[in-house]
Amino acid sequence: MSIKEVGYISHQELIDAKQDISAARYAKGPVAVVECVQQIPCNPCEAACKFGAIKIGEPITNLPKIQEDNCTGCGVCVAQCPGLAIFIVNKTYSDTEATVAFPYEYTPVPKEGEEWEAVNRKGEYQCQAKIVKVMNPKAFDRTPVVTVAIPKEFADEVRSVKRK
Amino acid sequence: MCMRVTDHVILGQDVDPKMIEITVDGQKIPAKEGEPILAALLAQEIMVNRYTVKRNEPRGLFCGIGQCTDCAMIVDGRANVRTCITPAVEGMIVETQYGYGGADDVK
Amino acid sequence: MLNKQLLIVGAGPAGLAASIEAKKAGVKDVLVVDINMKPGGQLFKQIHKFFGSSAHRAGVRGMDTGAAMLKEAEELGVEIWLNTACVGFFDERVACIEKGMPDGSKQIVYMKAEKIIIATGGQENVVRFKGWTTPGVMGAGAAQTMINVNKVKPGNKIVMLGTGNVGLIVSYQLMQAGCDVVCLVEAAPGIGGYGVHASKISRAGVPIYTKHTIKEVKGNGPNGRVSEVTIVEIDPKFQHIEGTEKTFEADTVTLAAGLKPVSDLVRLQDIELVFNGPFGGWVPTHNEKMETTCPGIYVAGDTTGVEEANTALEEGRVAGVSAAEALGAISAADAEAWRAEIWTRLDGLRMGPFGEKRAIAKKEVMDAFPGVAEA
Repeated sequence: MSIKEVGYISHQELIDAKQDISAARYAKGPVAVVECVQQIPCNPCEAACKFGAIKIGEPITNLPKIQEDNCTGCGVCVAQCPGLAIFIVNKTYSDTEATVAFPYEYTPVPKEGEEWEAVNRKGEYQCQAKIVKVMNPKAFDRTPVVTVAIPKEFADEVRSVKRK
Repeated sequence: MCMRVTDHVILGQDVDPKMIEITVDGQKIPAKEGEPILAALLAQEIMVNRYTVKRNEPRGLFCGIGQCTDCAMIVDGRANVRTCITPAVEGMIVETQYGYGGADDVK
Repeated sequence: MLNKQLLIVGAGPAGLAASIEAKKAGVKDVLVVDINMKPGGQLFKQIHKFFGSSAHRAGVRGMDTGAAMLKEAEELGVEIWLNTACVGFFDERVACIEKGMPDGSKQIVYMKAEKIIIATGGQENVVRFKGWTTPGVMGAGAAQTMINVNKVKPGNKIVMLGTGNVGLIVSYQLMQAGCDVVCLVEAAPGIGGYGVHASKISRAGVPIYTKHTIKEVKGNGPNGRVSEVTIVEIDPKFQHIEGTEKTFEADTVTLAAGLKPVSDLVRLQDIELVFNGPFGGWVPTHNEKMETTCPGIYVAGDTTGVEEANTALEEGRVAGVSAAEALGAISAADAEAWRAEIWTRLDGLRMGPFGEKRAIAKKEVMDAFPGVAEA
């Protein structure tokens, strides 16, 4: 089932789009995961990254590709993506936990220290999430980026929290 | 239930809007000065604006930009006023419109 | 009778961009008229960040692009008349204009314009099903205007019909405003809009029913308002499959079934039109200057085929440059180079699996252009 049919992306689609991140890179710390598998005319993510870690080039409909070695996992691209399709995944957060950072444009916005319900790409409950960071500086232009800590095994699944 | 959007991540919070009062079918309701009459009605969950000429069926907001006339009401005695593009003014008298709203010669 | 160098009808992205470009190119006397209370067309209800090229304001929210364009137009000295309708044209580009006066009254003005740009935009399509006139059934654009411009919710529990980008984006924005979206319903086998927009809906746990349509809306709510919505699966011939009905409690149904070009003024002027399905209906043919078959009359934006705001904006720029050229404000060579640059960007916006159809449609509309009629 493709995103066109069901409205959410599968792991296979990420692999086909060459947007899956290698295990070796995950082992080194936080990294941006771009989940943008359709050729749409859009490239603000490329311009947002000062490390040159997101490549689109010409034509503008090329799929964005993460340059694993250049990406520092800083997260500046997350709020710049008009499609809200970039996440920062850190599988080295602790021995048992990973963090996932995602854009979250609903009120109420989670607050640091709170516990929320983490959901997958389909909106299904996965696990409890501890809110470890909420960023919404002026440069993000009103797209708050929320970082949650979750059990490691959910790092490839959790992409948001359930709206309250 | 008030239907106003009071807190919004992108639109922020309303900073002290100037509130006025309009009368709708004899009942006073609050409105933000200058907002479309229709918005003030929706805030109070008033969805029906008029009843049709032939079948007396209810109609309400449909296009929201002044094209379809489903939100027409009688405003200060004038029939067929499109409430979605007419600003609310203090003391305005708004009435649900039945058929031609008394303007029956306009056919 | 008033005289104007350039009259632009419509102050949306296309009309505003045209006015800015014409002014930059040196046209002194530019007037934009718009029927609405505020300029900007539908830009101010687009609170999301736009797609497109980062070199051209992509990643910026539509409403902020609207504000920036408006400021630029004002600084350049573009004249804007609001609450003003261009009712029609006489021969030789004499426009009949119903001008909105400060006291709310209207005044009829006749105006001889040397050049005219028509950028009247698009309007939402309607879908008919049992109960489609029930209060609470409305255009997705209407709901979007209410939440994002007037900051009031049209209802609490919403069923969205259509999954093009409008259906997906407005569903998301309804949730941002605090509404619950019950589900999205799509007749086609696949979601029409961008996957990234659909992903936001899915992450929020809202189901999208493809190969489904609305069978009936019941109005048993207060004063006959929408109370429940029944959807049904459809076969490849779009016929209801009995026994597959699902009924949801809802107070609002929003229709996002595409738009069609607003071409009333174009039709009044005897401009040659062609029918184009992907563009939403009858559209004026035009050349690469955006000039129509009627000399001195240009078109831009959704009027020439429904696309999206960025495209409308770029087409407006082309029309503005061309009008400036025709008025003698810039040389043909300069105008040509300016247009070539804009067309490169337009081609970029019409690429990829989503843009290709529009690229073909645009080519068809331009291929059908028989040339500008003798003045």
